[in-house]
Amino acid sequence: MAKYITKRFVALVVILFFISLGTFFLVHILPGDPTVTILGPNDNAQNRAILLHQLGLNKPLWDQYLIWIGHVLSGDLGQSYVTHQAVTSVIAEAFPIDIELIIISQLIAFPVAIVLALFAARRPNKTFDKVATTTTFAGLALPPFIVAPLMVIAFSIHFHVFPGPASYVPISQNFWTNIDSMLLPSIVLAIGSIVIYYRLLRNDLIATLQEEFITMARSKGMTDRRVLLKHAFRPSSISLLASAGINIASLITGAFVVEFLLQLPGLGYELVNAINQRDYLVVQGIVLVVAVAVVVLNFIVDFFFSVVDPRIARD
Amino acid sequence: MTDRLVPVEPQEAGTTISTRAVDADVGGTAAALTEAPAKKRLGWFFWVCAAWIALVILTAIFAGLLPLKDPLYQDYSALNQGPSGAHLLGTDDLGRDIFSRVIYGARVSLVIGFGAILIGLAIGGTLGIMSGYLRGKFDTITNSASYVFLAYPAIVAIIAIVAFWGNAWWQITLILGVAASPILYRVVRASTLSYSTKEFVMSARALGATNWRILTKEILPNVLPAIASFSLIGVATVIVLEGSLAFLGLSVQPPTPSWGNMINEGRTELTTDPWLVLFPALAIFFFLLALNFVGDRLRQHFDVTVGRL
Repeated sequence: MAKYITKRFVALVVILFFISLGTFFLVHILPGDPTVTILGPNDNAQNRAILLHQLGLNKPLWDQYLIWIGHVLSGDLGQSYVTHQAVTSVIAEAFPIDIELIIISQLIAFPVAIVLALFAARRPNKTFDKVATTTTFAGLALPPFIVAPLMVIAFSIHFHVFPGPASYVPISQNFWTNIDSMLLPSIVLAIGSIVIYYRLLRNDLIATLQEEFITMARSKGMTDRRVLLKHAFRPSSISLLASAGINIASLITGAFVVEFLLQLPGLGYELVNAINQRDYLVVQGIVLVVAVAVVVLNFIVDFFFSVVDPRIARD
Repeated sequence: MTDRLVPVEPQEAGTTISTRAVDADVGGTAAALTEAPAKKRLGWFFWVCAAWIALVILTAIFAGLLPLKDPLYQDYSALNQGPSGAHLLGTDDLGRDIFSRVIYGARVSLVIGFGAILIGLAIGGTLGIMSGYLRGKFDTITNSASYVFLAYPAIVAIIAIVAFWGNAWWQITLILGVAASPILYRVVRASTLSYSTKEFVMSARALGATNWRILTKEILPNVLPAIASFSLIGVATVIVLEGSLAFLGLSVQPPTPSWGNMINEGRTELTTDPWLVLFPALAIFFFLLALNFVGDRLRQHFDVTVGRL
């Protein structure tokens, strides 16, 4: 167990190192003089010198990396060359929106997927299962950038159920208006998750229901419902939660897309804006923070499951 | 001689992450149970989907020869028109024919989708088959490297590289191809591993066959069907990624039509002209559906372990 966790931790550190290296070298893919590209041709020499110093571009590559990582570790990601705001504060404002979006979407996705999968697995190949399985298969072909505009047409333009684009209200201002503005994007995100969770859980449940301990439980005279919930769902729920960790990548893509469409000022929205304004240090900062967050989150999920289910750590 | 009927063995313990990731990507092979495992028939819907894929590919290739309107021609006497006889799917805000744009737009998705997977196979597939066959240090190093790559959230890296490097179609293809290679590496490696200890491989070696001969004549033909079916689902995944980039305005730039950037351009006129978004969205939906279905069905067809589920 301890050995497994140490191994995972070493892997985490290695991966974080490569992430920092990769993100650092992004600036070096820029063609020509990076200070000109970043600041634009019209900025003055003083700003250029500051940037040169910040990036350390006159030193050997390895020293540049060490200087940069030193800044990063002390919480300095540079500043935006458009708004002159510190990159860290841009991220601090935008990040909570993504977190809220992802949490609400998962609060919707899990119950829906679990209920659907339980009903489907109870009678495999019967009408309910066939309809749900076929629908979710079609759902695999509906990425967020298709679902989001269609949902906006249907629910905020035609039926006025949800507010339209650019209606975001911070949670500190009004809790309920905030939730109201987050519901549509969260549902869009939830659809992709429902499809994935439903398909995993249904397969898992049907496989489990063919195990001998289920036959045993049934032969003891347990009701179907009890067998399904207590004996089949419980072991499957762990792999379901673990799959949520892997799903995080597609959630981020989805979050970026809905933020862009509905103009929610989250990380995705800020990232696309920064790219369009060639605000490279903001891009670099957001990429670094998101990558690190995902990797650390996956590590925590892994750690959590190796505690809950010791079999994972055994090999 | 090679034996195409040898089943793919369950993947070894070390590859659980990759299979989980694959399942999460494509939603697993849930359809497996709705099929009778004993008799493997592809079914009529498989052929409908395969025909659809072929049709889309052919019209995209021969778009120039078809009696289509110029996808870039702006007809100011016919702005924002609904579907009609003159314009099958209507026109956009610049009077361009949407039907023709959807067909030409397929080119971007197809070239990037198939191109990226071919690049991914060239990198990941080659390394995977070598690492599964040679084992040893080479395997340890490439295997660990693939985990490092897979841990990095691909979409963020892709957006960043596109932003810093450029968004010409070949750059997008190359970036997505490199991004796809670790997962293809894992799939190829796992299935090579299961074959490299098989009797027919050992007997080939005993007969004095060279490594090259064993790899190309014994292992590759067996590994190929499983990889081909997985690659189709990979193409679908790449098309989704390209579409997401295009939707964010980061892929191939207008005026070149692509399904993703058509949706992006149409989204500002959602209220008045919803078909601007609807038709490219339908094009992507049906194409992805067909790719997923064909890929999924082929995988069941070639993978005996799924049938046993």
